[in-house]
Amino acid sequence: MTPTLETPMESLKANEPAWLAQRRAAGLEQFKSLPMPTARDEAWRFASVGKLEIDDYNPAEAPAEATLDALSERSNLVTERAGRMVYVDDVPADFECIHHELTEKGVIYLPIAEAIEQHPELLERYFLKESTELGSKKFFGLHAASAKAGSLLYVPRGVEIDAPFVNYYWTSGSRSAVFPHTLIIAEENTKVSVVDVLFSETDQNEALNVSVSNIHAGPNAHVFRKVVQDWNHRTVSFQLDTTVAERDAQVKNVAVNIGASRARYESQTRIDGPGADVKMYSLTVAEENQEFDQRTHQTHNAPNSVSDLLYKNALLSNARTIFSGLIQVAEGAQGTDAYQTNRNLLLDPTAEANALPGLEILANDVRCSHGATTGNVDEAELFYMMQRGIPRRVALQLMVFGFFEEVIDKIDSDELADNLRKLIHRKFDSRLKSF
Amino acid sequence: MSETHLQNEAIHVDTERGNFSYPENYEFDAGVGLTEDTIKYISDVKNDDDWVREFRLKALEVFRKKPMPTNWADKDLENIDFDKIRYYLSKGQTPSRSWDEVPDDVKETFERLGIPEQERKFLAGVEAQFDSEAAYSRMKEDLEKEGVIFVGSTEGLAKYPEIFRPYFGKVIPTADNKFSALNSATFSGGSFIYVPKGVKLKQPLQAYFRINAENFGQFERTLIIADEGAEITYMEGCTAPKFETATLHSAVVELVALKNAKIQYITVQNWSSNVFNLVTKRGLADEGAEVKWIDCNIGSRLTMKYPGVVLKGKGARGEVLSIALANDGQHQDTGAKMMHLADNTTSNIISKSISIGKGRSTYRGQVHMPKHLKNCKNNTECDALLINTNSRTDTYPAITTRGQNNTVQHEASVSKVSAEQIFYMMQRGLSEGEAMSLAVNGFVNDLMKAFPMEYSVELKRLIDMEMEGSVG
Repeated sequence: MTPTLETPMESLKANEPAWLAQRRAAGLEQFKSLPMPTARDEAWRFASVGKLEIDDYNPAEAPAEATLDALSERSNLVTERAGRMVYVDDVPADFECIHHELTEKGVIYLPIAEAIEQHPELLERYFLKESTELGSKKFFGLHAASAKAGSLLYVPRGVEIDAPFVNYYWTSGSRSAVFPHTLIIAEENTKVSVVDVLFSETDQNEALNVSVSNIHAGPNAHVFRKVVQDWNHRTVSFQLDTTVAERDAQVKNVAVNIGASRARYESQTRIDGPGADVKMYSLTVAEENQEFDQRTHQTHNAPNSVSDLLYKNALLSNARTIFSGLIQVAEGAQGTDAYQTNRNLLLDPTAEANALPGLEILANDVRCSHGATTGNVDEAELFYMMQRGIPRRVALQLMVFGFFEEVIDKIDSDELADNLRKLIHRKFDSRLKSF
Repeated sequence: MSETHLQNEAIHVDTERGNFSYPENYEFDAGVGLTEDTIKYISDVKNDDDWVREFRLKALEVFRKKPMPTNWADKDLENIDFDKIRYYLSKGQTPSRSWDEVPDDVKETFERLGIPEQERKFLAGVEAQFDSEAAYSRMKEDLEKEGVIFVGSTEGLAKYPEIFRPYFGKVIPTADNKFSALNSATFSGGSFIYVPKGVKLKQPLQAYFRINAENFGQFERTLIIADEGAEITYMEGCTAPKFETATLHSAVVELVALKNAKIQYITVQNWSSNVFNLVTKRGLADEGAEVKWIDCNIGSRLTMKYPGVVLKGKGARGEVLSIALANDGQHQDTGAKMMHLADNTTSNIISKSISIGKGRSTYRGQVHMPKHLKNCKNNTECDALLINTNSRTDTYPAITTRGQNNTVQHEASVSKVSAEQIFYMMQRGLSEGEAMSLAVNGFVNDLMKAFPMEYSVELKRLIDMEMEGSVG
């Protein structure tokens, strides 16, 4: 490990309040003291931890002004939006302030660094408070020590916002380490949506990403978060996400994962209030030697709540995916409905899908199920289409895209859905021609 | 009231339970604790060949080196004190408890299960069962005519090394896990069976009979080899509670099904609720062969048992059907492993568990299709039924898939007996307990059909008894 990663930047220390300095120091200590994961750790089962290395990355140097402008220009997945923030190598490149109407209602949308200065009490309550229980504590520590880029979105009671807030996190420099942070606090009876986009400037720039996002959904808050991860194949990525849902909150998470050489995605959902409803959808397209390592928790601490998870993976060439999910129903959380589905589509015989769908149920009046299937394209269905005059290649395409569509459909925005289809099809088109 | 109901305290180790003041008059006793001397003593008593002696001593080394699997398993394992266990007791003759010493509730259990008088005494460990002794020798005669070998582990290794040695410890290597190593060091008892080419046994063989000839140890070792085209069904254990002074039972069972052979292995485990039951079971299926485990776990304090099939030859088939019932203070940690190593192999796992009171049942499974295989299929279904508000169930499958035209599907569901169902039945004159039993029996009914008739009848009664007092 480089000394650079272990030394929090002096600039961070200088103006920060004491509570934050303390959290950073604790994070650094956690990062230093916890061992690297090994193949024997249950939380890292099937992951090729031997190949996991995070050495020789550095907090990036400030990119050139021209790069910042060019990448801001390319940050165009969603045109109709309530606000936008663009970071390149954790350096702010562009910040579209929100409409003053929203400001008047008390909505806060700010870069994390500014939020720390302007709303310290809010940040003290929420920032870096939710660690991960899914195996990457060490890396969460590193994030806590180093996070300076990111966005705070605070929606006060009763405010509903239709257009999404869009955060772009780019990597650009050589072997740069980035630590983006998305913090969403939605108070009672609110409605809000956020899109996080993770992009690389070129196909070549190597990077390490350790990002964290926390959603706090208050009573009857409606939160919709979409994450688009399309790093280049030279990026090692950790995304450590948590959602906390209170009474009657409705949260929807949709993740589309396309890039990175190794992507570890930890998604923790904790339902603390009755009547909450949390949905988790994910679509992953894996090719070449990519490894996607997905770990999820659906924890029901309160009765009469619902959670539903659907993770779909399509695998090409030598790609590997690991899906490890656990539904936990606490004692007394009666009336829980919790579902978990993992579907893996193997398009090449060398690809490998691993599934660990788990249940821990401590209450009896529940409806819980999980299902995991892995298979190839159904020959009978192919035959059916070919019989009706559709060429095999086209039929295959239709079936594969149909497999994706179930998740893309949940995006609920035609523009973003179209843009995602383009990203995925670009990855797939050349391959499908050879089928 | 059933045996398992009585023990609500799960936490402290109850070494006294089931200890019917055994008089210390064993012919051979290896003492307490495990050292090289214990192993040598066992070898001396059994008059082991040199290679077996070496095998045991090596296994002891492995056992000492291996960590407890506590990184994922039940922490209750830490309560096992290996220094306080007797590793070898040979009775030489029949056990010598008296019928009067058997607790009343046990006698009642026998009564209600409808176990014949003679068998009851045997099951309670009071005396050997002379009827079955006779039956055993009759059966042995018939089998010998067909060339079937059915002996104990010691006799098998001593008399027929050319048959058993090539497979002994090959399906489950010593170092497979800590408890297979322990068994490899201390094994005694169990059945070694060889069924020659093309011989299809019509009647199931039962461990039951075998027990009489050589008393079941706590570290029994079973090896069944079905030669090409042979078929055998083997039944182990029985539905009545088996009372043991031992607190640790750690068996190793290896099955070898050669080309086109079929092995079906049926277990009903009903140890008393002080027993740690840590068993390693695995079958090897060659081309076109079939290995089927039918596994019922009702007793014990903690059971950890995941029968597996290594599908080594093309077109091999593996199956695990399991029923687990966890009552207060019990943890049934069971499951299945399917290793697909050849094309066109198929496997099927159906697991049903019932948790009553504070009981906990866990399914842990592994399905592995590691190489570039074609046309392999796995189907896994795990259903859990929770009876009381504080019952618990877990499911932890692990599935790895590669290759062409392979399909794997896993489904699990958790449910409870609905209040409407119970109300409906009670309205029609059933008591709440009867209604509950009926619902639970309905839950496991489709699996029960896979059992030989007399077993499913006894199992049904047993479930009825376990369900008593669980409602309200």
